[in-house]
Order: sequence, then C-alpha cells, then structure tokens
Amino acid sequence: MAEVLSQSGKARLGRLVVYACLLTVALLYLMPLWVMVVTSLKSLDEIYAGSFIGLPKTVTLDAWRAAWSQACIGTECTGLKPYFVNSLLMVIPSVVLSTGIGAINGYILTKWKFPGANFVFGLLLFGCFLPYQAVLIPMARTLGLLGLAGSIPGLICVHVAYGICFTTLFFRNYFVSLPDELTKAAMVDGAGFFRIFWSVILPTSIPIIVVSCIWQFTQIWNDFLFGVSFTSGASSPITVALNNIVNVTTGRKQYNVDMAAAMIAAIPTLFVYIVAGRYFVRGLTAGAVKG
Amino acid sequence: MSTLEIDRVRKAYGSLEVLKEVSISIGTGDFLVLLGPSGCGKSTLLNMIAGLETISGGDIRIAGRVVNHLSPKDRDIAMVFQSYALYPTMTVRQNIEFGMKIRGLSQAERDKSVKTAAELLQITHLLDRKPSQLSGGQRQRVAMGRAIVRQPKLFLFDEPLSNLDAKLRVDMRTEIKRLHQRLGTTIVYVTHDQIEAMTLATRVAVMKDGVVQHLDEPQSVYDRPANVYVARFVGSPAMNIVPGVLEVQGENVTAKVDIAGKPPGRISGIPLSAAAARKYAGKKVLVGIRPENFSVANGAGAMLAVNVDVVEPTGPDTLVVFHLGGVEVTARLPPKQADAGREAVLSIDTSKIVLFDADTETRID
Repeated sequence: MAEVLSQSGKARLGRLVVYACLLTVALLYLMPLWVMVVTSLKSLDEIYAGSFIGLPKTVTLDAWRAAWSQACIGTECTGLKPYFVNSLLMVIPSVVLSTGIGAINGYILTKWKFPGANFVFGLLLFGCFLPYQAVLIPMARTLGLLGLAGSIPGLICVHVAYGICFTTLFFRNYFVSLPDELTKAAMVDGAGFFRIFWSVILPTSIPIIVVSCIWQFTQIWNDFLFGVSFTSGASSPITVALNNIVNVTTGRKQYNVDMAAAMIAAIPTLFVYIVAGRYFVRGLTAGAVKG
Repeated sequence: MSTLEIDRVRKAYGSLEVLKEVSISIGTGDFLVLLGPSGCGKSTLLNMIAGLETISGGDIRIAGRVVNHLSPKDRDIAMVFQSYALYPTMTVRQNIEFGMKIRGLSQAERDKSVKTAAELLQITHLLDRKPSQLSGGQRQRVAMGRAIVRQPKLFLFDEPLSNLDAKLRVDMRTEIKRLHQRLGTTIVYVTHDQIEAMTLATRVAVMKDGVVQHLDEPQSVYDRPANVYVARFVGSPAMNIVPGVLEVQGENVTAKVDIAGKPPGRISGIPLSAAAARKYAGKKVLVGIRPENFSVANGAGAMLAVNVDVVEPTGPDTLVVFHLGGVEVTARLPPKQADAGREAVLSIDTSKIVLFDADTETRID
C-alpha cells in the first residue's frame, strides 16, 4: 500500500516538474511579446523614465494611433495604413494563386501521372531549398523585362512563383493518400479533368487547403527581402514600411510607436494562426497516417 | 451478336508483356469471371475494357463497336471498384446521381432512377448519409447502385467482395447473383476467389501470366480442366494430381500408381479416346482425381488400399489425407469412415478422372 502511494507520489512529482518546465519556457517565450505590449501602451516620457518591463502607469493608445496613421515613413507621414493595404493587396492574390496552382499541380502529379512525373516533382521540390538571395538578380531582370518592376503585381508574381514549390508539395503529398480508384470511378461516371478536380478531389482537401493558405499567408505577409528588393516607395508592403519607421527617426527614438507598429504588422498572421491553427496541425499530419 | 468481344488483345509496359493475345467473347446476359492469382493480368484486362488503361494491340468491341480509343464514359459501361471508391464528401444520393448529373439528366429523372435503384438494393434509408457512416456491405450496395443507374451494356466488377468479412462476402455474393438474374445484365467480374467464380459465373476465364488458360462454363472448367494449373486452381481442396503410368489393354485403360509400403495400385476403366490411349500406352501421365471422387470401398470402380496419414473432419464430411504415387492426396469422405494411421480401402469413380500429359501438363482426351 505504502509502495503504491509512493509510486503515485513519484508520478505526481514528475508531472509537477514537467509543468514547471513548460511554464518557464512559455513565459520566456512570451517575454518579448509582453515587453512589446506594455511598451506600446506607455507614453514616451514614461519609457524614457526607465520603466521597461512593468505595467504602464497610464494606459494610452496614442502610440497605436500614431503607428497606424501618423508615423513618418521616409518623407510621407501616413502611418502604416496604406502599407497595410498594400500588403493585403499583395498577399490575397498571391495566396489564392499559389494555393490554386499548387492544388492543380498536386492533382496532376498524383492522379494524372505522366512519364517523368516524379522527376518533375523532384525539380519542383528543388525550389523549396533554393535560397531567396540567389534569385534576386535574375528575378529583378525578369520583372524588368515583364514591365512589372517596382509594382505590387510584380511582387505577386514573385511570391506565386516562389510559393508553388511548397504548395505543390503539400497537395501532392495529400492527394497521394487519396485512392486512385476515386478518379477512375469519376471517369467512368463521365467526369472530365476539371470536373473531377472540382467535384471530387477539392471537397476532400479542406484541411490541406487551410494548411497551404496559412503557410503561404505567413510566408508572404512576413516577407521582407522580396518586398524591399522589388518594390519602392508607395507600393512597399508593410514589412518594408515597418523597417523604415523603426530605422528612420528624427529626435528621440519612439519606442512605443515602433512596438505598436511591429504589432500591427504581426496581427494578421497571429489572427490567421489562432483562427485556423487547429486545421494547420490536423492538415500537416493528415496523409501521414491513413485514417 | 456478342456484347463483349476481346479480340487478340495485348498489353505491354515497355518490354514487359502482361497480356498476350487474349481473346474472349461473351453474349448478352453472360456473367464472365476473370479468375486468377494476383499479377495474372485480370485487373489490367478489366481496366482496358473500362478504358482506364490503353490497349497495346488487338481490339475490344462492346455491342459490336470497337471501343479501343473511346473514353470510359463513351463505352456504355459501369464499374464497381474493390475499394468501392465512393465520393467521400457526397451523400449516398449524390454519389448515385453524380454520373447522371454529368450527363445532364433532369432532377425528376435522377430522383426516379435513384429511387428505383435504392429500392432494389434496399438502401433507401441510407440515401442522406455520407459513405463514412456506412458499413462495408452498405458501401458495396451503394457502389452497385451507382453502377445500376447508368443502365449500361456492360457491368464491370473489380474484386468487389475482397474487402468484406467472410460472412458478408457470402451474402453479397448471393446478392450479386440475384441482381444478375433479375436485371439480366452482362457482367465482367474479376476475382482471385475460385468459389466466387464457380458460384457466379456463366463463363469462367482462368488466367495465368497474361494468358487465358481455360475459358468455359464453370462446371466444365471444374470437371475437365484444360491443364494442371487450372485443375489445381479451381476447387477446394484442389484436384489431386498423381503421377502414374498408363497401361492399355484393348478398350481398358488403367493407370498404375505407386502406394507407399504396398504393391502398386491399379485404377482401371479411365475414359480415354482410342487415339490418345495408343499414344500414351506405357507412358508416364498425371492422373487428376477430385477429392470427392473417392469413396469408401463399395465394390464399384477402382479400389485402392491406402495408409491414412491425417483425418480432418469438417462437419458435413471428412478430409482424409494419404500418399499416392509419391504425392499427398486428399479424399473427401463421409464422417467417421477412416482413422489416422490405419489402412483404408477406397473406391474411385473412374469416369470423372482426367489425365494430363506429364511434360506439357495439358489435358489428354
């Protein structure tokens, strides 16, 4: 009896250690976010008075307002608002196009196999490992030739091209687990290439569509390198504008505005993750195990 | 006019030939079973009939029309797949009417067809469910419903029962047979299960290595198998193939077989044509005896005394295993007629014996 008790006591202690570790790591990880939130809610005077981690004495949203609509980016004092809109205009078509093309690619590579399909897939995968920096100059040249340099449509092209390898990988691996007999049955039923895709394959792929969208949204929204390389001035995405707000200052460095701006830039991806996160985990593991 | 004509059809993947000049033709209302082990080309042949695989050579005609280059939907066929291949996101009703929708039938026509098929298959109460909410047998019915509403010239079944448990398999087998009798449809059915072939078919094509070994009515395939392979594949337990030597005296044909620890046994009165008897007199042959052609000695036919090795009661009858001609032989006897380790005297119904050439393993007539 005593032995049983000590056994369960030991188990409880182990549990406690595990939770303590998890809690510590979680706190450590959330620390920067905490600093960002409280700093963005303080007045500049309070920050310069030395309070950094503590709660604000007086909560003010001035910094958020400034970051959204008043902060100066270069010579224009418009805040992040127009750049936020730029990012949306860039992200939405990019995500839709790259996910759509990835879905069709995956469908062809698994259900309409042609000789050399695996080779083509291998080449596409190559794109996942290509460092962004390596393609900057050829990409710039291509955009120039297409007449899309320095514009949002140009940036969309870049992101779609770069996203296809990832989205194709997602969809291909998902569709591989769908039985081929499904396509055959639809063919016997008289459905054609697109009808099968639209009516039979796509409705079964909601989890992987969500995964692809989250992944692409996060990647493209957070991208800085392509944004700073291929756009300028008023067509910049929010990441570039954020950089400009933070790096270009006159007078005292406005930490509270910087923090608010950074959070405004991060909110959409956080939002997407919180809303659709559980699909993300489910979708990533789907196909791995047959269920 | 035959409904399906497979005329010297070939299939090759590069240099690998999986079907070698297969020719089969069946008439309206026939139930053709393609029977063979995995890898014999039977599913490939079915997919070629369906239009899901290309044809490397020869012609396939459905109702007199060459369909080699037609897409599946233009071939007037319907197919039931091994995994049923129901569309997972659609309800049973949507599954069944999908094909009709694509062909542009009106809602009223679709509803009528779905209703008829659902009643026939007793799945009316399942129409609004998703496939994931159905049992294996129910999915099977839905898959058949999807095929039936097409009213095709030809139904194709690809191992439709192999995903079901043993009990359900027998039930669904009866169901398919009943459906065939009621609708009078023409069916091509692929299976590796010889019992399914025997019970369902009006014609069986036993296949091996891309070649049709024997094409005939099931009873003929069972009684007079074309070669040793077919003899062993059809029937359970398999036909006994016993090496022996043929002795011919006038009209009387006798096979002499060795019996372990005893003088050789003589099986006399085997039916054989005079020409074959002349040709094989004194030569080695393979004697094919079905387990049920043995019986407890009754004074008729050929008699053999053997030492029983193993006795396996199955209920209605008992399988008795002994050695004959150096090979293991199984006899199906009434219960409690033999004991392991003891001698048993058996009669053989010689009229049912089939002889095979010892070298080519083909039947001698």
